[in-house]
Amino acid sequence: MTSPASPSPTTHVLQTALVGNPNCGKTSLFNQLTGSRQKVANYAGVTVERKEGFFSTPQGRPIRVLDLPGAYSLASTSPDEDVTRDVCLGQHRTEKRPELLISVISATNLRLHLRFLLELRQLEVPVIVALNMMDEAKRNGMTIDIAGLEQELGMPIVPVISLNRQGVQPLLEALDRPLPPPPKALAPNADLHAEVRRLLQAYVTDRSAGHARLVDRLDRWFLHPVWGPVILLVVLFVMFQTVFAWAQPLMDALGSGITMLGEFILRPLPDGVLRSLLADGVIAGAGTVIVFLPQILVLFLWILALEESGYLPRAAFLLDRVMALAGLSGRSFIPLLSSFACAIPGIMAARTIQNPRDRLVTILIAPLMTCSARLPVYTLLIGAFIPHKTVLGIFGIQGLVLFGLYALAIVSGIIAARIMTRGVKSEEHPLLLELPPYRRPNLKSLALGLWQRAVMFLSRVGTIIVSLNVLLWGLSSFPLPPAGATGAAIDYSLAGRIGHLMLPIFAPIGFNWQICVSLIPGLAAREVAVSALATVYALGVSEDAASAKLLPLLSSQWSIATALSLLAWYVYAPQCISTLAVMRRETRSMKVVLGATAYLFGLAYVAAFIVYHVARAVTGDA
Amino acid sequence: MWYLNTLSKGDHAIIDRVEELTLADPISARLGELGFVPGERVEIVATGPIGADPIAVSLGTSRFALRKGEAARIVLRRPV
Repeated sequence: MTSPASPSPTTHVLQTALVGNPNCGKTSLFNQLTGSRQKVANYAGVTVERKEGFFSTPQGRPIRVLDLPGAYSLASTSPDEDVTRDVCLGQHRTEKRPELLISVISATNLRLHLRFLLELRQLEVPVIVALNMMDEAKRNGMTIDIAGLEQELGMPIVPVISLNRQGVQPLLEALDRPLPPPPKALAPNADLHAEVRRLLQAYVTDRSAGHARLVDRLDRWFLHPVWGPVILLVVLFVMFQTVFAWAQPLMDALGSGITMLGEFILRPLPDGVLRSLLADGVIAGAGTVIVFLPQILVLFLWILALEESGYLPRAAFLLDRVMALAGLSGRSFIPLLSSFACAIPGIMAARTIQNPRDRLVTILIAPLMTCSARLPVYTLLIGAFIPHKTVLGIFGIQGLVLFGLYALAIVSGIIAARIMTRGVKSEEHPLLLELPPYRRPNLKSLALGLWQRAVMFLSRVGTIIVSLNVLLWGLSSFPLPPAGATGAAIDYSLAGRIGHLMLPIFAPIGFNWQICVSLIPGLAAREVAVSALATVYALGVSEDAASAKLLPLLSSQWSIATALSLLAWYVYAPQCISTLAVMRRETRSMKVVLGATAYLFGLAYVAAFIVYHVARAVTGDA
Repeated sequence: MWYLNTLSKGDHAIIDRVEELTLADPISARLGELGFVPGERVEIVATGPIGADPIAVSLGTSRFALRKGEAARIVLRRPV
């Protein structure tokens, strides 16, 4: 399709794509251009995240923009880069070739980014170059002859600052002009590095060499052989303390808000099945889970901020040898860290690992990393059984136990990976990781990222979790107890019967039948287990018991050995169905999924068994 | 022969060439795309906390973390 000579208010939506190296500021430019008008999904057939957005230029030209995965070259080495290559070459199965490529390059790293731009130039499609981070380059004492470079490359160059709205204005204006003609390609065998060097010499003066840049000063500390790991440990420790402490007031507020809302809605309803369904099934179920939203968001805020700041690859650098202990490389660190938020993005992030064996092992141990959905279970049990005291004046014992649970999971993951990689004749697995310049995390990007996570979490609450809770409410309410029955109503229900049937298997690890019942929906989504317990106990014990009453109730009804055993079980066990589904999609192998399920359940049972019996021996519980 | 994996922290040198350890070595190819090409100046800015591996290499305006095995593909010469 040819473009009109001047932008006209026709309905044609210009198809564009953002292309660039990792760390060029591409995603923040995408966020700046599209705001919240984004669609996040996957590319057909692969689990590479596909981000698409819409915006219009000042003169009203509608534009669709695809945020292609960051790539160093069109000679791809990962599924991410495959997508970028295929779309740019017009070879992608489902994506049409964009009419215009917006190549994002950072002025602070021209040597690397110009080379990729020259690869794009060889494609002979219209390209607009967004020269990002000009402000930073200027501060570093760099001047670029943009007009000269533009002339030489045959592609329009627009300086942008992707951090604010004004900064992207020049790009919006450029998009109002007619499409640029495709640039003239260099000879096919041209030495792109030599060309980059020539361009830099001719058009760029860099006076930054000589005086220490910010990155030098910070790396001296963050990559220091002693201080680096110390700082990393402190960062991780503070991260987990804040997840527990900062979120608490918000959680309390949300909790009482939901209770009040529940009372308000239910006031006009008479006692009966409908009231019970709404109170014990829907509101109690969703409420107990929504309460954990602040905690999950605080954790995601940390991960997003660490990623944006450029610290995460440094952590990978520091931990490379530790990962090598597990037979992996530092590259596995980022997928595994993401798994602390949720195993699903973690398993998906594993696609950036080029070595297939490393990738598989990372996927297999990702569910061992304590995902945020386990937090509700941990929080409840820790709150009920671990005293709220502090040691050394600042560290809460509860926080320390939480830290310990995370540490246990990490150590187990390392051991599991070690066993899986043992004996396999290992070919070399590369690290080859860029350590990008440090940047202050962009508030807008953080907010957008958090917003997308919150929507994801709440839509899960809205769909899977509430429907499971209603199902569970049904299981625990019907059949009704016979007239004149003396025991708790749930004893006569289907759930009670299933729980009792499971009991012989789980009694050796100290679980009672209520726990057995809550394990069933816990398989579908871990965080449901808490609301399931609330439902089971609310129906089984008293009419109006809600999640707030679960805490004292558990500490009076369970032995500490049972609580610790359940904690140990949750360190390893029931990975949610969605995790298994993603694992299946990523590995395309049911054998892997079944193997993972079997090994995780086995570990959970053994760990819970040991913990239960040790705790019983120690506490002298009969 | 002098390789990047033997360069010590704080020292710099010029890349002479990048060797292929296997036929059509993908790691060498990627090193090339990242800018490890003859004539470029490299400097070790940091080394990993355990066994001084991996190494953080400054190359032009970028820096990369490389394992020593990867760095052993890069042949160096003295800066002039």
